[in-house]
Amino acid sequence: MGYTIAEKILLAHIDKNDIQPGEFIEASIDLALGNDITAPLAIEEFKKAGFKKVFDRDKIVLVPDHFTPAKDLRSAQQCKFLADFAREQKIRNYFEVGCVGIEHVLLPELKLVLPGDLVIGADSHTCTYGALGCYATGVGSTDLARAFIDGRCWFRVPNSLKFTYTGRLRKWLTGKDLILYTIGQIGVDGALGRVMEFVGPVIRRLNMDERFTISNMAIEAGACAGIIEPDEKTLRYIGSAPRRFKIYKSDKDAFYEKAYEYDVSELEPQVACPYLPSNVKPVGSLKDVKLDQVVIGSCTNGRLSDLRIAAEILKGKKIKSSLRLIVIPATQKIYLEAVREGLVEVFVKAGGIFSTPTCGPCLGGHMGILTEGERCLATTNRNFVGRMGHSHSEVYLSSPAVAAASAITGRITHPQEV
Amino acid sequence: MVIKGKVHKFGDDINTDDIIAAKYLVTTDERELGRHCMENIAADFSKQVYPGDIIVAGKNFGCGSSREHAPLAIKGCGISAVIAKSFAGIFFRNAINIGLPFLELENTEDIHQADKLEIDLSNGIIKNLTQDKIYKTQPFPEFLQKIISVAGLINYVKLKEGADNENRKRKA
Repeated sequence: MGYTIAEKILLAHIDKNDIQPGEFIEASIDLALGNDITAPLAIEEFKKAGFKKVFDRDKIVLVPDHFTPAKDLRSAQQCKFLADFAREQKIRNYFEVGCVGIEHVLLPELKLVLPGDLVIGADSHTCTYGALGCYATGVGSTDLARAFIDGRCWFRVPNSLKFTYTGRLRKWLTGKDLILYTIGQIGVDGALGRVMEFVGPVIRRLNMDERFTISNMAIEAGACAGIIEPDEKTLRYIGSAPRRFKIYKSDKDAFYEKAYEYDVSELEPQVACPYLPSNVKPVGSLKDVKLDQVVIGSCTNGRLSDLRIAAEILKGKKIKSSLRLIVIPATQKIYLEAVREGLVEVFVKAGGIFSTPTCGPCLGGHMGILTEGERCLATTNRNFVGRMGHSHSEVYLSSPAVAAASAITGRITHPQEV
Repeated sequence: MVIKGKVHKFGDDINTDDIIAAKYLVTTDERELGRHCMENIAADFSKQVYPGDIIVAGKNFGCGSSREHAPLAIKGCGISAVIAKSFAGIFFRNAINIGLPFLELENTEDIHQADKLEIDLSNGIIKNLTQDKIYKTQPFPEFLQKIISVAGLINYVKLKEGADNENRKRKA
């Protein structure tokens, strides 16, 4: 029996000749990530246990992206705690406001994550990097503290599920629609503790931004990783790499616990309704859902191609006067490119605002909190009760194209209508 | 270790935003987090918990974010153990790593709100004192038991480091 790409990567990071789903391993990791919410807890654990020095300062990345620029005094304290630790440990990959971007967009952009890597992050959307053909998984703060100590992490080797997409996507259909559709099919625990491996001609035709979106939301189906095998597009995205990396591919006779195949030729844009990412409906069935706010951004859809598609729809148009449009580029590089290409002008002239990079509203932090009874359509990844603010507010999830079209009409709208 | 307490029932897919909303993630203090536990879905939950009480839920408990503040908030409000049909991956490892007792049980619908339970963590046996019933759960795999037995991952690593150093000394 052969191995899946996930098994091959895990095997390459342990001192053994064989690996089986279900067994427990302690693997050496290539990179450990923490943010302004999760890293403070890890740093406290690390210090409380009496450790003085991290195992390898170049394999630790600290990204204060959630509540930055500091939204209040207590988040400022958490950020300072992070900054002080980075300075004390001489961690180069700490990103102050001005350099910081949303972690899961920033790390691939800076080539800190490469194919074949084993990455852990104290953030559930660490699975995003699976789009590069690496094994990346979300862990907790104590796992991060442990990685600070000895560069290792425990795993139960997961089974893999294979998702094959065939057919041709219609206009306005994106990676976001594919992953929302998939979560709608299998549910929020449909891949619980498993690896989702995304394959097939439709995936191959997607650009890297869309592939990141798909891997990003694997966690919303309960998966520990969402992996796409590297191809020529992956290599072109990486360009000249700062270090060596290895391309792994699944064997033809690898074991998959289950295989799903979707012909997506007839697929309509998908929208996840409150209060689970699996509560997915086609856009056409939600025409009467009126909106107070639209958010375009996040680690799911704050990349340049997301902003371009939104600007294409909003160009020369005005958003509904009763609605707030908040556009958030994921990194400073994307911010600058959006300025250069005139995208920012499109958003502002349409009546929207353009923010500095931050996770902000996605988790109800800042930059667009909802009050009682308000409803938002967001390109983010979660729509749980109270996710963006008040416990009686609602979040719907969609692609940037649907979000932009809906900002114009003030209700959930198919992009072909505007 | 034996835990005794009253049941607080929850449904399926209780996510980490339910357990502790992100707006409270500006502290690592267990008791402060505990005061806001389950606030979005059960206002005043923390006030109804007596030390030792037990959460019983459906499938996929703790789905969503990686925030370890979620198991900390549960501990911080006085809950002594969580029983659910299944646990989300990151919550599962967080609970192991910080030593929050939890058990997987298929028929959690048989347990009702305010039932009194007695859990023997050493053998995974749950007694429902109200209904006079006994439920058996699967023991954790050996690897996880090692972490649980030393009350968490950091102790496990410290002990391991100590052992490794001893070995090195002996070899030298």
